[in-house]
Parts: sequence; C-alpha cells; structure tokens
Amino acid sequence: MKKKNPHLRKALDLAVKGLSSLGSGIGIAVLFWILFEVVRRGAAAFNPAFFTELPAPPGVEGGGLANAMLGTLMITGLAALFGVPAGMLGGVYLSEYGRGKRFGDVVRFVMSAMMGVPSILVGLFAYGLLVVTSGHFSGWAAVFALAMIMIPIVSRTTEEMLLLVPNALREAALAVGSPRWKVTLSVLFRAARGGLVTGVLLAVARVTGETAPLLFTALNSPYWPDKLSEPTANLTVTIFNYAMSPYENWQRAAWGGSLLIVASVLALTLGARILSREKKT
Amino acid sequence: MSQARPAGRWGDRLFGALSFGCAALALLLMAGLFFEIASGSAQALSRFGLGFVSSSAWDPVRQDFGALSSIFGTLVSTFIALLFAVPLSLVIALFLVELAPPFISRPVGLAIELLAAIPSIIYGMWGLFVFAPWLSEHLQPFLQELFGEECFLVAGPPIGIGMLPAGIILAFMVLPYTSSVMRDVFQMVPPVVKEAAHGMGSTTWEATRRVTMRYGIQGLVGAIFLGLGRAVGETMAVTFVIGNEHRLSGSLFAPGNTIASTLANEFNEASEPMYRSSLFALGLTLLVMTLLIQVATHLWLRRIQRKMGAGL
Repeated sequence: MKKKNPHLRKALDLAVKGLSSLGSGIGIAVLFWILFEVVRRGAAAFNPAFFTELPAPPGVEGGGLANAMLGTLMITGLAALFGVPAGMLGGVYLSEYGRGKRFGDVVRFVMSAMMGVPSILVGLFAYGLLVVTSGHFSGWAAVFALAMIMIPIVSRTTEEMLLLVPNALREAALAVGSPRWKVTLSVLFRAARGGLVTGVLLAVARVTGETAPLLFTALNSPYWPDKLSEPTANLTVTIFNYAMSPYENWQRAAWGGSLLIVASVLALTLGARILSREKKT
Repeated sequence: MSQARPAGRWGDRLFGALSFGCAALALLLMAGLFFEIASGSAQALSRFGLGFVSSSAWDPVRQDFGALSSIFGTLVSTFIALLFAVPLSLVIALFLVELAPPFISRPVGLAIELLAAIPSIIYGMWGLFVFAPWLSEHLQPFLQELFGEECFLVAGPPIGIGMLPAGIILAFMVLPYTSSVMRDVFQMVPPVVKEAAHGMGSTTWEATRRVTMRYGIQGLVGAIFLGLGRAVGETMAVTFVIGNEHRLSGSLFAPGNTIASTLANEFNEASEPMYRSSLFALGLTLLVMTLLIQVATHLWLRRIQRKMGAGL
C-alpha cells in the first residue's frame, strides 16, 4: 500500500467527521423547520370558531373546520375498528398457526408487499370497488381504504410481538388444559400487551395523516358528516383543497388543519415510543 | 388436544378459522387491488396497447393518452431524491454509530426517525409555502450562476416549483428509512473487526470506508432499495411542489409530474371513460413498478440474511 501523509489522512478524517455532523444537523434542522412553521402558521388560525363551526366561503372571515375534524375522527376510528382486529388475527395466524407452512410464507410476503403499495393505489382500488359500484363517493369507501392500509402494519407488529413471548408460557398454559384461543387471547396477548398497543398506535398515526386514499373515496364536503354513505368532510383533503385555492383565509385554515394533524400524529408516535421503551426496561 | 373439552374444541376451531380467514383476507385484498386496477385500465390498454408507456401524449380533448412524461417524472424525481438521501443518510448513520456519544446519538436518532412520522401532506404544505420561496430566493439563483443561465439543467424561471424541489423534499421523506437501515448495518459489524482496523492505525473514516462499509455493503444497497420503494409512490408532497405539467424537460427547474401526482391531481376531473381508464393504466404502471422493486428488495434481503444470519 502506498504510504500517505499522516497529516492528510487526519485532515480527511476530520473533514468526514465534520460532514457527518453537518449531515445530522441538516436532518434535525429540517424537522424543526417544518414543525416551527406548522406551529407558527397553524396557531394563527386557531380560535373558538375554528373548532366549532362549519367552513366559511372564500374571502369571508370566520368559520371553522369542525365538520372535517369530526369526519376525520369518524373515518379513522371506524377504519381502526375494522383494521385492528383483522390485522391482529392475521398476525396471530402468522405467529401461532402458520409457522413453517408454505401458506404462512405466502401471506407474510403478500403482507409486506401490501405495506409497500402506494396509498394512492389503495384509494384507486376502493374507488373501483365501492365508489363505482355504489354510484357515489362515500366515507365508507375511505374507511375501507384506511383499514386496508392498517391491516399489514398491525399484522406485522402482532406477529413480531407474539414471537417474543417465550414458548414455555404457551406450553404451560396448554398443559393446564386451556384451549388454544384462550391461551392466545388471555396469556399471549397479555404478555405482549405493550407491544401490541404500540403497533396499533403507530398504525393509527400512519392513517391519520393519509390524504391520497381519501381523494377518490371520501372526497370532501362542506357539511356535517352525518352519513358516511355520502362524500364526507375530512381534514387532510380539506388541507389539500384549501392550500391549492387562491383564497387567503382558506390557506390560513389549511395551516390550522395541518397543525392539528401534526400534533395528533406526533402525540400518537411519541406515545407509542414511550410505551415500547417502558416495556423494554 | 384431542381430549380437550368440547367447548374448547369448538372455540379453537372457530378461532383458528377466524385467524386463517384474516390471513387469507390479505391475499384477497391484494388480488382484488390488482384485478380492480387492471380491469380499470383495460379500455385504455386495449386502445393504446403497450405504446401507452412510450407515448408522451396527454390530451384529454383529443382523448390521446400516454404515460411517458409521468414515468419520466417519477424516475427523475426518485433519482434526485436518492442522490441527496443516500449520502446524507450514510453520514448520519456514521455520526450516530461511530461519532456521537449515546446522550447525543439517542435524541438525534429520534429526531431523524420523527421525519418519517410527519405525513406527506405536511411536507407538501411546507414545501409549497415555505421551502419553494426559500429555494427560488436562495438556491436557484445560485445554481443558475454556477452553471450559467444557458445550461439546460437550470433553464427556466426559478420559481421554486418543479423536479428539483420535489426531489429534495422526497429526499427528506426517505431519509429516515434509509438512515435507519444503514445505522443497523453499521451496528451489525462485529466490533472486533473495527478494532482490528483501528489497531493497525486507521483513522475512523478509513476504518469505516475500508472495513465497515465493505462488510455491510449489501445491507447498504438494501437500504437504497427501501428508499427507492418509498420515493416512487409518494403522492401528496410531490403533488404540491412538482407543478403538475405533462412535459418532458431536462431542466431541474421545470415543472413536471409523476404517476402519483397525476392521479391525485386529475382523477376527480376526468369525466370521460377513456380519460379515467388511462389514469387507471397509469396506476397499473406504478403498481407494477413498486411490486418489482418489492420483489427485488425481498430477494436481495433474503440473500443477505442467508449469508450474514438473521438480524437485519
């Protein structure tokens, strides 16, 4: 090997160290830049009316996004109601029944492929399956799309968490005569509770901010979401529509909606992290 | 289990069937997704054939559609994203594993991971209202001076909208995924190997480049695959800042589009069946692209796992 000047080598090393600190600094700076702008511009839109009233027409001051907040809560909540049990049972199959079986491997592969499908294509699927056949946009189609996004996420974490439970626990519970369903639900689920809740929180956080799958399903609406069989108001599509509009008061409302979304997603994500850390120590 | 009480046996059968059903549901949903998007594209594909992917036409008035500009935009924006994200996540991983003490690397690692928690639409809002004006005021005039105004790469007005802004924002979005895999790869390298390098007098960078990176090169490539899969299908952030124009341009400043942004932007306006079917065909193209990337990633990671043991 060619002999190199040690000063040069040290200088290069120092340069790379400097670069890597700078790179990390850029990553952090971007995160805080985004959070700062969202909080600053979003908080300016907050007032009592913002949380209690229907949207105002362009150019008219006042009004709020209460209908969109309610709609997002309804759509996300219902999606979790369907997606979480389905995902958990799928994860139970993968960890408790499908070990080493070819069908289990196929399901595992398809689940990971499902996780990688762009969410806008899930929206396209829900549009073709539910909107075209029923003849109108609906909140239910959005619920379907979001549940489909949640299933592989919940299933993956459920499988991972159940696999962490020692086999001795299963054997002990089975040995005293408990049926398998009871072993799974009251022994394994209890042992893995922290991890399971973490997985659910992360899945809910993920779909709370989803916009693309709602574009062709829930669409949006200026009215209260009293029926999910019609176009349903929701925060993320409202943000998109308002941001693209030329009206200043709508753009301000879009920032208010953004702050709400960011706050809920970060609260869910950090909550999940705290839970999983408590579990470990 | 044959002596179990009848109630337990029935419960077990029901529970087993339910969980099998939910596992099968995943297969059903994926098959349905593929079928629904393919059948939606049928009309467009039967009229344009395979020429759909090589035609740059996009004319709703004359009902003439082709995917080329959207595919081009998807590839270019993804390429720009990886161009920024890969080196950046490499140095971040290096910082977290080799340089920073735990009380620094833990919060920094958390901050980088939180970039993944921010929803796409928030990146879009920030990109359009904050980052684009900043770009057009600072970075773009600088680049135009650097390359010269006539250079095709930076042609066009510096308005902060287009391929370059979309690529940069995508880079920040895939950064947490690639850097977290790279960090895992760096951590997997046995300390003995690194210590041996240091023992022979290597500096940190030399040990990283000659030993750590060489040892984990396959994992690093796997991280790039992962980022690729993420960037290709990103929708909302890109839709906000790419400009949404169907055109092929070599300029980084020119507005363009991607498959996902075209879908998000035009689907609800498309009232004619042929227009809508062409959008479905765009979706099918994107689906095939992401599935190919997924399969490649899967095979690649399995190869590494076989070679290096589990843990990645």
